[in-house]
Amino acid sequence: MSEKIKKVDNIFSKDCNCKDILAKTLKKDKDSFIQELIDSGLKGRGGAGFPTGLKWKFAKMAEGDEKFVICNADEGEPGTFKDRVILQEVPQKVLGGMALCGHIIGAKKGFIYLRGEYAWMKQDLQKAIDEMHDAFKTMKLDFFIDIRMGSGAYVCGEETALIESMEGKRGEPRNKPPFPASIGFRGKPTVVNNVETLVYTLMIAHIGAPEFKSLGTADSAGSKVFSISGDTPIPGVYELELGMKLSDFVEEFGDGDTKAVQVGGASGFCVPRRKFNDTVIGFEGIPTGGSMMLFNSHRSMYNVLHNYLDFFVEESCGQCTPCRVGCQQLLKGIEAVKSKERDSSYLNELIKLSETMHTASKCGLGQSVANSFNSIVEEFTEEIMY
Amino acid sequence: MTKMINLKINDIPVTVEEGATILDAAKKANFKVPTLCNHSDLCVAGNCRVCVVEQVGARNLQASCAVPAAEGMEILTSSAKVRRARKNIIELLLSEHRTDCTKCYKNGKCELQDLATEYAVGDNIYIDLVPFNDYSVDLSSPSIMKDDSKCIRCQRCVRTCAEMQQVAAIAVANKGSEQKISTFFDKPMANVVCTNCGQCIIRCPTGALVERNSIDEVFDAIYDPDKHVVVQTAPAVRIALGEDLDFEPGERVTGKLVTSLKLLGFDSVLDTDFTADLTIMEEGTELLTRLKKALVDGDKDVALPMTTSCSPGWIKFIEHKFPQLLSNVSTCKSPQQMFGALAKTYYAQKRNIDPSKIVSVSIMPCTAKKYEANRPEMRDSGYKDVDYVLTTRELARMIKQAGIDFKSLEDNNYDSIMGVSTGAAVIFGATGGVMEAAIRTAYEIVTGKEVPFKNLNITPVRGMEGVKEASVKIEGCVEDWKFLEGVELKVAIAHGLVNANNVLQAVKNGKADYHFIEIMACPGGCLGGGGQPIPTSLEIRNKRTAAIYEEDMNMPFRKSHENPEIKLIYEDFLGEPLGHKSHELLHTHYTEREAY
Amino acid sequence: MIQTKTIVQELVKKHGNNRESLIPVLQGIVEKNNYITDEDIIEIANTLDISAGEIYGTTSFYTFLDTEKRGKYVIRVCKSIIAVMKGKAEIIKTIENILNIKVGETTPDNKFSLLEANDIGWSDKEPSMLINEKVYTELTPEKTTEIIESYLRD
Repeated sequence: MSEKIKKVDNIFSKDCNCKDILAKTLKKDKDSFIQELIDSGLKGRGGAGFPTGLKWKFAKMAEGDEKFVICNADEGEPGTFKDRVILQEVPQKVLGGMALCGHIIGAKKGFIYLRGEYAWMKQDLQKAIDEMHDAFKTMKLDFFIDIRMGSGAYVCGEETALIESMEGKRGEPRNKPPFPASIGFRGKPTVVNNVETLVYTLMIAHIGAPEFKSLGTADSAGSKVFSISGDTPIPGVYELELGMKLSDFVEEFGDGDTKAVQVGGASGFCVPRRKFNDTVIGFEGIPTGGSMMLFNSHRSMYNVLHNYLDFFVEESCGQCTPCRVGCQQLLKGIEAVKSKERDSSYLNELIKLSETMHTASKCGLGQSVANSFNSIVEEFTEEIMY
Repeated sequence: MTKMINLKINDIPVTVEEGATILDAAKKANFKVPTLCNHSDLCVAGNCRVCVVEQVGARNLQASCAVPAAEGMEILTSSAKVRRARKNIIELLLSEHRTDCTKCYKNGKCELQDLATEYAVGDNIYIDLVPFNDYSVDLSSPSIMKDDSKCIRCQRCVRTCAEMQQVAAIAVANKGSEQKISTFFDKPMANVVCTNCGQCIIRCPTGALVERNSIDEVFDAIYDPDKHVVVQTAPAVRIALGEDLDFEPGERVTGKLVTSLKLLGFDSVLDTDFTADLTIMEEGTELLTRLKKALVDGDKDVALPMTTSCSPGWIKFIEHKFPQLLSNVSTCKSPQQMFGALAKTYYAQKRNIDPSKIVSVSIMPCTAKKYEANRPEMRDSGYKDVDYVLTTRELARMIKQAGIDFKSLEDNNYDSIMGVSTGAAVIFGATGGVMEAAIRTAYEIVTGKEVPFKNLNITPVRGMEGVKEASVKIEGCVEDWKFLEGVELKVAIAHGLVNANNVLQAVKNGKADYHFIEIMACPGGCLGGGGQPIPTSLEIRNKRTAAIYEEDMNMPFRKSHENPEIKLIYEDFLGEPLGHKSHELLHTHYTEREAY
Repeated sequence: MIQTKTIVQELVKKHGNNRESLIPVLQGIVEKNNYITDEDIIEIANTLDISAGEIYGTTSFYTFLDTEKRGKYVIRVCKSIIAVMKGKAEIIKTIENILNIKVGETTPDNKFSLLEANDIGWSDKEPSMLINEKVYTELTPEKTTEIIESYLRD
């Protein structure tokens, strides 16, 4: 491994006992732990990047006779699979993070919203939960975790859509505000955190904010688990320090012929080779929920974009105009340009449209279609046209 | 005390109550922000995004209908960023909408068209998506036409059907590009729980949901020299028709309505109010008979409470949702159908016209009446009792087509026979009206005295509360009705099927001790009906309500049993209420239907 | 196929008689019968007191809650860009040839349905597919043939 890329062993390290960490942290002052989380700079690892400590703080402050913790395991972003590995390898850490959150905000009930595609791991996960429940009893912690299954809808990864789905409805994102921390599941204060985020909260309880923060950059503290796929000889899950340069990343994971890297999945950005040097992976540069897809020279970026747009056309919840109709227009639009039914200048109209989708869509799904669309169309215009 | 929020709209300071939206605040600052999915009767959806505005400092635009105003906000309702996005969104909506505007029934009355005009959306730059979908027009229902190619997925109809009517015959199905407004397993509208109330129609911003219209058929009948065309007008038409003909909401146009119908060429202009009075006689007697059977005879099979039966949307609702309570529904036909049955019997005899030559037309505030007229059991005259049902909107269109200058018309009176009515009949058009009319008559029959309310105005049953309850203590009964002495007659009134559903649940669970319940499918009663002029809102319904009670106050007779033509029809034709002839012509039965 | 009424009642008993249990109940039906029928929805509508239209609307939102007739084994081949790059097309062709059906179809004996799915979470090991809840990764035409044949023998 190159020296420029720092591999980290936090998430998957087995040399810590998460039950002990949990038991120890339960004895601490709640507000000071929240402060520690805030100080750590931990931001949500699902992609949106909201400061986790603040989320917990809001939910703790919110009034409610009942509160909930939801672990978002609806990992659906194309090219992401790190939560799958985390849930397989270190489920106790996830559950420990949930229990910690429950203890801090005052929730007695937690749910794991597991995507339908991962139904095969449900039994193992349930076993881990059962074991953890015994540990909670020993710690005299009143917390119970249930699994709720998704059923094949990408948009349910959006936290309010996920809540709607858990309430037995169509997984359509809600209007925000109010945010789930004040009005969430069953109308009660709810923290929805990504699988990986929850593990980091427990790890921060273990190692403390300063050590966590010693990695990464000012805006992107700590490390992050990446799902690396595509044209790479070593696809898989890696925990890496945030703030790396994309060129270093490509040097490490590419095979020498990398033309572009899609950072953050279909809803992320496509970075062409000429920008590898100037691109930082993190909140000050290009943030990612972990998906890193490498494309070599011979790959058609038109096909890549077409695949993404096909995906969005299908997976938009359909309720808001910019996303429902916009996705279809972008897809039909690049097809029309490719087939010469429309002039190449139509691409400019489509870029303007994607900007409208970015500013006016109801949720992150529609808002982020512009990311991949604009970056691919702008950087690979010729491939889209001819 | 309510917390007040200070913000700026386009640099103008505004103060609104906490909880108000940015849209409310903009309105207060006198800025109109366009909306499509928003409707004052419905919960906030925030999905069309036409109402987006810029919040200074925020990355994304805000849906002003959905975002609460917050302290210190600086909002721009028409900045370059907003205008660009808004125009794009309108163009997107147009790209998935079949824009054959000149051929559309809603041409000139379409909110999307208005927006397209306002934003000067010329040649749409985007690709027409309509040909990529295989749309078909659902003509299965006799009341409602559903054309998905005109649908912009604002979901006003879905929210109406679920929130206001608790029917949810239409719901959002699928996701992404496939998302659409559909029914259970995409079945035709005629084969699902739809009550034909038409509340979806009056909230649809485009031509996706419209009434099935019979304008041409009616004109053809009028110009057929062989036919004698009679027309009846429902109570709520006269206080709303004006809205489609340049009058303000709440203006009564009864006299002009009659004149315009005469000018259109109807052979006889008659009044559903006449059969509304008749309904009171029949239904009042039915109620008293049921009470007698229950209280005196101890008959345990008598279904109480009894409910009204004038609202065909309500009838279809109970047939689907509470079939076990069908025996509680009065067997009286609705006034429309009583009229229809009498037009081709009593009227034909009296006027000496061959009933086969009579074409019976009704003008209704209602789309469910179209379905009702088509029920197979509604042929007791030996013919189809009511041949064509036109909504208030269709009549307005006929008047325009005929080039009649409605505003300058003289007033005229209804023809006779079957044209005389009372104030009790006209209030059938408002929620609580049937109840009030029934009490005015029944109380007097039982006690020989007028109801003890000032000016006969039984105010406890009036108003827009979803479920109203009232009771009248019966004292000083005449000989025949002594068994009712001291009885506290308990009544309830529900309008809007969500409220009907709540009352019916209580009845079903034995938790309601009412004797009589008035139920109207539409919010506000018929005056808020699915066939009334568009738009609708609580404010408009309140104005129509005021007009109806004004009309009542101005009638020479205000109690159904005092209607001289009612006395006449019992003397000359029917004999007595609930008599043999009544049973034959004026009463009906109901059908249990599937729950989906 | 197990009787609609029994299965719905059992599922409602297990998951609870409220709106929140709607999706678990629908999932339970798919687990047992592979797809959801109009009768199932009517039974659920009556039991949970939710309009059948609304249940249909909810059901049709979720890709895995099929309302179209499906075979005993539902094969979903991942169609993500990575899957495409790693040879998804060949896997589809292999399955189509063995089962003699196209994507979207069900074999006449109602044993297999062949579908495509959005990213199923195995971009590190594409091509991949789900057969009901079971996952198969790093597929080659040969490996796929073996897998499908093992189901054929079942």
